[in-house]
Amino acid sequence: MSPTLVNLAYLVAACLFIIGLKGLSHPRTAVRGNLLGAIGMLIAVVVTLLDKHIISYWLIFAGFIIGGGIGAVYAYKVKMTAMPQLVALYNGFGGAASLLVAGAVLYEAGVLRGTPQEIALNAEFILSVFASGFIGSITFTGSMIAFAKLQGLTKETAVRYTGDQIVKIALAVITVIFAYLMLVYPGSSVPYWFMVMVAAVLGVLVTIPIGGADMPVVIALLNSLSGLAAAATGFVLFNTVLIVAGTLVGASGIILSLIMCKAMNRSITDVLFGTFGAVEGGPSDDEVYGGKVKATSPEEVAMLLEGARKVVVVPGYGMAVSQAQHAVRELYDLLEAHGIIMEFGIHPVAGRMPGHMNVLLAEADIPYDRMKEMDEINPGFKQVDVSIVIGANDVVNPVARTDPKSPIAGMPILDVDYSKTVVVIKRSLSPGFAGIPNPLFAAENCLMLFGDAKKMVEQMVKSCKEDFG
Amino acid sequence: MDFMTIFTIFVLASFVGFEVISKVPPTLHTPLMSGSNAISGITLIGAILSAGTQHTWLTAILGFLAVVLATINAVGGFMVTHRMLEMFKRKD
Repeated sequence: MSPTLVNLAYLVAACLFIIGLKGLSHPRTAVRGNLLGAIGMLIAVVVTLLDKHIISYWLIFAGFIIGGGIGAVYAYKVKMTAMPQLVALYNGFGGAASLLVAGAVLYEAGVLRGTPQEIALNAEFILSVFASGFIGSITFTGSMIAFAKLQGLTKETAVRYTGDQIVKIALAVITVIFAYLMLVYPGSSVPYWFMVMVAAVLGVLVTIPIGGADMPVVIALLNSLSGLAAAATGFVLFNTVLIVAGTLVGASGIILSLIMCKAMNRSITDVLFGTFGAVEGGPSDDEVYGGKVKATSPEEVAMLLEGARKVVVVPGYGMAVSQAQHAVRELYDLLEAHGIIMEFGIHPVAGRMPGHMNVLLAEADIPYDRMKEMDEINPGFKQVDVSIVIGANDVVNPVARTDPKSPIAGMPILDVDYSKTVVVIKRSLSPGFAGIPNPLFAAENCLMLFGDAKKMVEQMVKSCKEDFG
Repeated sequence: MDFMTIFTIFVLASFVGFEVISKVPPTLHTPLMSGSNAISGITLIGAILSAGTQHTWLTAILGFLAVVLATINAVGGFMVTHRMLEMFKRKD
């Protein structure tokens, strides 16, 4: 194939990626959009396979079979609740692939010196290789740590030690020194691999201090980095489709990170380098809860629901942990059959990745038009008879509105406390990620339903069924 | 093509990216992540060249590993996104 035809095919692939992502702007067109993206990928791969410099195919096809097999099996088997881990893992693989490609091309460039296929070892090339290796390596180890945390292999809590910022800065400086060495000795791969190793340690250290509710930001950021690593590899190979595709992903991850940060009223630097949870001088649990918390039973909640006209469910990470989404769906069917409207108020940072709750509810066949964004559902809470909070805490803490000194001050929340009755399903009164008590639990109109979310909702369904006859 | 040309493409692509992706509703943010993740598997084409041209055994092996990882990323990413999006289809 002539280079022009190859580049035309790459252009078609890049356009398909853009059109495909555009399709994701509505659930109706999303399936087709994703397929268009996959077709774009297929075109790019097939055209690349026709490159005349390829002398052997068996390694390539062996890689396809192994990688495709693993990817397909895992994609088919993974539970929807485990989606954040899966995305973290794939982000990491993308980053690792980019750093390996950049390393290979750098080595080839050293070997091919003085041959007709010579690659110009200029500063642009070397710095692109550096960027690809640096970003790819951080993405890889950072994603592995995020995966381990989400999978429960390590503790999810933030790990901090004194002087951690200085260590990170020192490591970043060392990678810059290796970049300089790469420029001074352009034919050698040694500084590159040392730089990759230092960046790998940096990736671990940056991710380890981040946990819990900050996870969505990290996942989105790693998503962005995996794209930027691919874009950097595009600069290494002078390949436009890599640049366009990688940049699209980079932009997507950055937008999602910013949305998540806004939903927590925090900045990205604060999430990455700041401290959170160091609460001093706030009211203690006893002051907030002392004698004011009212516990209830599933049967009592069922009676409340039967008398309601509008019910809003606010899911949080607790719903994912106890896999309560199918029980919730049963409740939804039952109430809807009796003319009671049920909607879902979803906070942008509920769960462990952007849109986590929506996927779980969709898995349980809840129609997407019942899933409401925070800004959409908040004005209507005064007309809601019963709000059911399932395994969420900080995102419904009214302190965010009322106490400017609180660590979550100014964070947008779901105003469930304005509804006539709030039922909170939760295992205990333990604090959420922010580490502060929630006065909602002690409010006049709030009932606590202590227990496992799935069991509690199932018992509510049972009682409702009995009462409805 | 010179460096400035591909840098221009990079900058323009980032504007397209911001424009297209800011229209994705929060409901689809998880599929957006897994789908865009699959797209970042595009590194695959660089991996194919390294594994196939086989200038040295070292680059062939690096290329092979990259093909495996990028294929997992691309194939797994598109498939899992498809699985999720099917759940969002209206069931009438």
